[in-house]
Amino acid sequence: MSTAAAEAHPHEPGKAREAFRAVTRDVAWVAEAPKPHKAWLVALAISILAFAWGIYSIYKLLWTGIGVWGNSNTVAWAWDITNFVWWIGIGHAGTLISAVLYLTRQTWRVSINRSAEAMTIFAVMAAGLFPLLHTGRPWFAWWMIPLPNDMGSMWPQFRSPLMWDVFAVTTYLTTSVLFWYMGMVPDLATFRDRCVAQGKNIRAIIYGVLALGWRGSARHWHRYERAYLILAGLATPLVFSVHSVVSFDFATSQNPGWHTTIFPPYFVAGAIYSGFAMVMTLLLPLRYLFNLKHIIKQEHVVAMCRVMMGTGMMVSFAYLTEFFIAWYSGNPFEGFTFLNRCFGPFWWVWWLMMFAGNVVVPQFFWSKWVKNNNVLIWILCIVVNIGMWGERFAIIGVSLSRSFLPSNWSYYSPTRYDVGVFVGTIGMFLMLFLLFFRFAPVIAISEVKGASPEAHAGGPSIGGHH
Amino acid sequence: MSTPKDNHDETSNGNGEASNGDGELYGVLAEFDTPGELVTAARKVKDAGYTEFDCFSPFPVHGIDPAMGVKRTILPLVIFGGGFTGALGGLALQWYCNAHAWTWNISGKPTWSIPANIPIAYECGILLAVLTSFFGMWAANKLPQVWHPFFRQERFGRVTDDSFFIGIHASDERFDHARTKKLLEDAGAIAIDDCHRENDPARKTMPKWITAFIIASTAFALIPFAIAAKARTSKSSEPHIHIFPDMDFQPKYKSDTAMDLFPDDRENRGDIEGTVARGWLEEDDLFYRGLVPGDNGTQWTTGFPATYPDGEKFAVDDKLLERGQKRFNIYCTPCHGYDGRGQGMVPTRAALNGPTWSVRNLVDPTSVVATMPNGQLFNTISNGFNTMLGYAAQIPHADRWAIVAYVRALQRAQNATAEDRPDQRTP
Repeated sequence: MSTAAAEAHPHEPGKAREAFRAVTRDVAWVAEAPKPHKAWLVALAISILAFAWGIYSIYKLLWTGIGVWGNSNTVAWAWDITNFVWWIGIGHAGTLISAVLYLTRQTWRVSINRSAEAMTIFAVMAAGLFPLLHTGRPWFAWWMIPLPNDMGSMWPQFRSPLMWDVFAVTTYLTTSVLFWYMGMVPDLATFRDRCVAQGKNIRAIIYGVLALGWRGSARHWHRYERAYLILAGLATPLVFSVHSVVSFDFATSQNPGWHTTIFPPYFVAGAIYSGFAMVMTLLLPLRYLFNLKHIIKQEHVVAMCRVMMGTGMMVSFAYLTEFFIAWYSGNPFEGFTFLNRCFGPFWWVWWLMMFAGNVVVPQFFWSKWVKNNNVLIWILCIVVNIGMWGERFAIIGVSLSRSFLPSNWSYYSPTRYDVGVFVGTIGMFLMLFLLFFRFAPVIAISEVKGASPEAHAGGPSIGGHH
Repeated sequence: MSTPKDNHDETSNGNGEASNGDGELYGVLAEFDTPGELVTAARKVKDAGYTEFDCFSPFPVHGIDPAMGVKRTILPLVIFGGGFTGALGGLALQWYCNAHAWTWNISGKPTWSIPANIPIAYECGILLAVLTSFFGMWAANKLPQVWHPFFRQERFGRVTDDSFFIGIHASDERFDHARTKKLLEDAGAIAIDDCHRENDPARKTMPKWITAFIIASTAFALIPFAIAAKARTSKSSEPHIHIFPDMDFQPKYKSDTAMDLFPDDRENRGDIEGTVARGWLEEDDLFYRGLVPGDNGTQWTTGFPATYPDGEKFAVDDKLLERGQKRFNIYCTPCHGYDGRGQGMVPTRAALNGPTWSVRNLVDPTSVVATMPNGQLFNTISNGFNTMLGYAAQIPHADRWAIVAYVRALQRAQNATAEDRPDQRTP
């Protein structure tokens, strides 16, 4: 709105203003472009179709019962819990980027934190569906909430890791939503003011209500920054606790392949690894489609590759440790479980998914050439996503399919409803993310401005145009 | 757009329409070009003694807090309180639910064990701290507040884009329109506007429909609480509402219940006349009833069946006696005792209340049992005698014959003579 006016301004605006305006314009353009990119429309259509398939599968599941899934007495936790753990893990990268990198003053995070946080929320929403559906009767899910009731004062069993899950995941979702929204308020105010200036009244009212009347007051910024820092400080232990608690679901049981103390750190490293892969899967095409390559810079992509390399090697190290302990403990069941993972009926899950995705792929990122080849990175990230899913399945499904008693052994194959619900959550996730990318401030505008060198313009030490 | 020069002219503020019909002066708003100039100007305003002023910027400007004299917020303390309350509350909740209101006995472990309760207390602590940070921050900032006099300046719309402002409120005791503007101008403002409050009285009140909506929705929101409160204090003969009945109520009849459909008002239908259920024919009188053909048609057998119904040979051997002993010890000993003398636990205990209970001595040579034919003994086990109920429902036929054999063995054993010693026995 103000380009012409600013040029007519007798006081020549400094370079700083130009830089701030460019950030606003480039980010707002994503939402303001009169027509979205065709690829965006195609992707949205595909994701809505996938989501619809998921809704149909969920309908069949609820109407008929859990029997439509491939779960059996032996493999009682199968795709559903695998998907739950996988989605929760993906969410972790968002919190890591927004909170941990904030606390460690990694300013490169400002270009990706907003979309990573959105990814977290949508991933946790997808994750939350699975335990709910796994109960078979989700309308009784309120039994997990400690509410006074007329069933003889029946209360939840709080010493069960499954209850810890309920509290951890709920807290995580709440925190992620509040953190995301709070970070977005100043940017929503930017959108509001642009819509007012452009005369888009309905949008202005919607963004205006969401922006809560933010007016950039320094007194507000002061408390806002404090609260943001503290939220980051709270989200950091939270993010580590959530996947630790998820791993307790397995680690506190007696099942060979589950009963190990390495799980919490191992799960958290895998979560960050898969989460960064998902961030890149989403952002590499979108930064290209929405012309954000100068804000989400190549050096940010390289930094994410480095994080994946580090966490990926932690995961590889955890595999090595598991194998060592399986042998060193002398426990025949433990030893068998790990041999079974590599050479049993599900050998391909181990070699093609876990080993290829989580041991081999991180090694690619040593190469500078790979780190600058975005197409290859994108393909590798897809492999990592599949690999981490394979890891979750190998731990959950494969361990269960051959536990202590050979008479209890069985094979597991998913049904089309297993596939349908899973694909449906992917569709829901992508749909929400694509909508977010079109209608919300996808980049933390105020943070990018604050992190830019122009943020000190006109100051006594650096000096602007004075 | 205006320049500082324009602003010396009181009538112009660069925003013609908005100033028409303005109410009282709210304050002056000065625009600055860079964050650095904003900080410098803010320091000058503070040093001039103003307290009711604020700076506005698209991002948190470094160094603005000391320049403005903003005191450190107490928010962290409040959040700590929130987190602490959350963690303690989480512990208290778990104690109430699992150790007080509904104790779980799991392998005899203690009902209250802190380590297993830590994760949820931890999550509750974080949750409440997060909620306190979020809502506490907005409350301390007095947001949401979507209206503000400064928003009426078109120029102020750029505060979320690339512009920096200082607003000094007219309510400040040092505020003097001309002098304040001069101060801001000297501090490097590139534009200064007067801001007025809305003076149109119609816009000062909330539209009636919003008021009506708030009142109505609040009233509706209270209805469930009112119903719950009433239900807690009153009695009702109506059953609970089952929102999800699942399989609690099924459209079927259970056995031995009343039913209007049939003339006898019973749900149970007997066997169809002239038919026998599969496996219930029981043709063999000897095996199933202990009868053999005799003078008056049938009489009790004194022997044992020759074969089982499936054709297998019936042998009175150690195996049969062992089986009979086991069944006897299970079903008969409570009254008749292990030795068959009628001194089981039931008559022994009943005798404490007086001699009201007599149990047949099975092994007394003078007892009727001693001379009773095997078939009659079998029949007594099947159908009972006097106060003894029949055991046909509990003991299969073959086992009843095994018990008969064992009773005979007991009678022999309990009345043994010297000649019965194994070394005296003729082979």
